Amino acid sequence: MFELLGIPPQVLMGQLLLGLINGSFYAVLSLGLAVIFGLLNIINFAHGALYMAGAFVAWMLLNYFGIGYWPALVLAPLIVGALGIILERTMLSRLYHLDHLYGLLLTFGLALIIQGLFRNYYGISGLPYQIPDVLSGGQNLGFMFLPNYRAWVVVASIVVCLGTWFMIEKTRLGAYLRAATENPTLVGAFGVNVPIMIMLTYGFGVALAGFAGVLAAPIYSVNPIMGEQLIIVVFAVVVIGGMGSIMGAIITGYMLGIVEGLTRVIYPEGSAVVIFVIMAIVLMIKPEGLFGRPV
Amino acid sequence: MFRKLAISSAALAAMTGAPAMAQDIAVKLGVLNDRSGIYADLSGEGSVVAARMAVEDFKAAEKGMKVEIISADHQNKPDIGSNITRQWFDVEGVNAILDVPTSSVALAVADIAAEKNGVLLDSGAGSTSLTREQCRPTTIHWTYDTAALANGTGAAMTKAGGKKWFFLTADYAFGHSLEDNTTKVVEANGGEVVGQVNVPFPTQDFSSFLLQAQGSGADVIGLANAGGDTVNAIKQASEFGITQAGQKLAALLMFTNDVHALGAQTAQGLSLTEAFYWDQNDDTRAWSKRFMETHGAMPNMVQAGVYSSTMAYLEAVKELGSAEDGKAVVAKMKEMDINDPLFGKVTIRGDGRALHNMYLFEVKTPEESTGEWDLYKEISSITGEEAFLPMLEECDFTKK
Repeated sequence: MFELLGIPPQVLMGQLLLGLINGSFYAVLSLGLAVIFGLLNIINFAHGALYMAGAFVAWMLLNYFGIGYWPALVLAPLIVGALGIILERTMLSRLYHLDHLYGLLLTFGLALIIQGLFRNYYGISGLPYQIPDVLSGGQNLGFMFLPNYRAWVVVASIVVCLGTWFMIEKTRLGAYLRAATENPTLVGAFGVNVPIMIMLTYGFGVALAGFAGVLAAPIYSVNPIMGEQLIIVVFAVVVIGGMGSIMGAIITGYMLGIVEGLTRVIYPEGSAVVIFVIMAIVLMIKPEGLFGRPV
Repeated sequence: MFRKLAISSAALAAMTGAPAMAQDIAVKLGVLNDRSGIYADLSGEGSVVAARMAVEDFKAAEKGMKVEIISADHQNKPDIGSNITRQWFDVEGVNAILDVPTSSVALAVADIAAEKNGVLLDSGAGSTSLTREQCRPTTIHWTYDTAALANGTGAAMTKAGGKKWFFLTADYAFGHSLEDNTTKVVEANGGEVVGQVNVPFPTQDFSSFLLQAQGSGADVIGLANAGGDTVNAIKQASEFGITQAGQKLAALLMFTNDVHALGAQTAQGLSLTEAFYWDQNDDTRAWSKRFMETHGAMPNMVQAGVYSSTMAYLEAVKELGSAEDGKAVVAKMKEMDINDPLFGKVTIRGDGRALHNMYLFEVKTPEESTGEWDLYKEISSITGEEAFLPMLEECDFTKK
């Protein structure tokens, strides 16, 4: 095999695979943001906090109720989604007629409150959450040791991403949703309950964040600031992909995960900023994002 | 009128006379640390609890001292820490500042304390500069520093056969200083450093860097980072089968609460150096149990250091009869032979460095551990003279 920039091929393969794994988190999170922005026009800054809440809910289910990883994978997103629906009904729904900025400020404030509450009750050090037994261990691929759990993360996230894309772009329900955001009055006149549809969309978007949180719990430290650290990167992913573009968010998520992974070998110091550099370049050349529609 | 007032106040003084006379040494302590950020668990409210316990155990009221404790959040920012410090010394009449994790803040506070003739009793910060490049006659550095950690973990692991080291270094001043200190110790013990990678701070995902460390063929992977970064690195090293494949992890700065966050399952076998562990002897167990009852978590060495340094400080103030002259109190503390329930025998060197034993611990396996806080077994101990760097001549304030 070829050698790229002095990196042996097995290292390169390993890093590509790792990039794909990290990209999975970016993809699921940016997908949720893209769905919410595309259909509700809300810039959901509370997304990181709800991702963190997903991980914490999984931990609580295990420690308070003895409910393990697999049921938590379904229950935690539902609980986080329900929380999202409450937030949408009681607060966000009052802001739809206002500028984007109000939604951004509200969700940013909510994020700080949610984080603060968790920090107050659970401290900052984080909580342990073990990998489920079925997925512990790993495979030796020759060029690297691939933990089974990471392989599962990639598979699960690809399935969820494609499923979401399919539902929104190819089904009748998705068509209603898209129509409802284009012209809510007209769709309402056809007998579709638009507010409920919007509410469920928000619930679904944040449930995706909760799902990513549960996926992350066994590999990252479950702590109140886990979302805060990730959310800025995820926003950059959404901007690069094009605000509101579902497929754009998915592809960009995986792609940037890989770019970041490669940077970690070539110039590790730069791996924290590479995504933002790309964002700046994309904004200069194609301000609507790689997959966005021209404004 | 005036006479009447004088008589009545005299009568009042006579009535409350004894306690009023006895309480003439007023001491105000300020616990300055991180109460909301990444170091909130290792210092935070726990340090305030520890300081209160010290005042209680010292029986300050019975000894005629009136001790007041206040606290504030420096948010790990030197500018915020400096502002609070100045306000405490200038307006609030604080005599000594306790804890102060985050080296950049501690160094800023040390300068102000020297300028105002207050005292800095530092427990949470790790920089050796506090008693070296920026030594001050009003600073006492109680619990640990990066050199002691490097000496403890670095020397022990190299001697035990870990000759080849690879560092994952948090890319900021603290990480680099920890790496440098440890490199020197590793090389002095016949080891070598086969590689290192500068990891952006903070980082969630260490898998790329761990894979590079794995590929380097090193015996030991040194984690020159702290807090959540260390926790994530260890969690992921276990996931990628690095420790199982025979490479050892050395956490160069880690506290009991970090190990607790990981759980014995993930952290088992990890080596680390600390100055204090709650389950060392009857004294530490008794004290820690009381701490646990108030705070809800076991104490770590930083919080224990706040307790012990406060005890020593109050003793010095009692002997001097005043807390006003910070320089004099610190000089007095340097003369004392301290026999501390938590740290054992402690002497304070001319540069303000407290010398006490440091311990190398290994994290127990889940089978060995009998409870969520039963985490360490002691492997070895080194004396303060071995652990800490030798004193710089120009920093010996007892000679000036």
